[in-house]
Amino acid sequence: MNLVKYALPLFISIFMMSNTSFAETPTGLLQGYQQQAKTENPTFTGFNATRGQQLFNNKHGNDWSCSSCHTTNPKQLGKHDLTGRTIQPMAPVANPKRFTDAAKSEKWFRRNCKDVLSRECTAQEKGDVITYLLSIK
Amino acid sequence: MKKLMFMLGAAWLLSISVAIADDDGDKVKLPTNALYTAECGSCHVPFPTRLLSANEWLKITARLDKHFGVDATVDDATVKKLNQYLSANSAAKDRTTASADKLPRITESRWFLHEHNEVAAKAWKRVKSPSNCAACHQSMNMRRAY
Repeated sequence: MNLVKYALPLFISIFMMSNTSFAETPTGLLQGYQQQAKTENPTFTGFNATRGQQLFNNKHGNDWSCSSCHTTNPKQLGKHDLTGRTIQPMAPVANPKRFTDAAKSEKWFRRNCKDVLSRECTAQEKGDVITYLLSIK
Repeated sequence: MKKLMFMLGAAWLLSISVAIADDDGDKVKLPTNALYTAECGSCHVPFPTRLLSANEWLKITARLDKHFGVDATVDDATVKKLNQYLSANSAAKDRTTASADKLPRITESRWFLHEHNEVAAKAWKRVKSPSNCAACHQSMNMRRAY
């Protein structure tokens, strides 16, 4: 009986806490990157969609750009350049799940920036890209 | 707390697997373990884990920074959990010919080569990479990555 008495409320609270951690939004993530960008660069003046689009579509010395797999239309499905695996759209307007999990976004920025730029992206660059993807209606 | 819920969910899903019809009518079972499919099924099909030995899997997860041409790194805690899952669900013996300077490839395993020995060179060209399973096995692309 004790188990039910104590375990059930515990379980419900765990569930509720797990739900609140899903409440991340693209604009929330953007605010985080803004804070970070200010720390990284005191002359930071804000994010820019055009700069984000250029970063997304251009190559940066390697074989791939972001658009090699994600296409130049982020409302469309992408396709992994090597394996052909379908990638869901990057623009939140076409895929509301995008940028709603900060850890997941960080993981993919880390991996993909290394593939495309041979280094991790700055907060400025990540913010520019998200700003670009959010600007797509 | 999110992690705990995830692990509970993962444990529940562990025993379920989906059978997918092959072009020959054979069945290829894709794993449904939540952690494994999320971390190792985004860029390619979540490969059946018994196609490599624990020894071979550990070689792969030790070099996720150079994963067949892409960065596939995950955090240390995730690697640890993946290693546990892979070790527990792997082949008893190595499936590929060992080579010190390169990672084991499922597509170079005796099983894979035997299964695909009738595929013409021309067809492989169209497929681009042998890891592009869905190029021929369309049903494998059904469960899409996020």
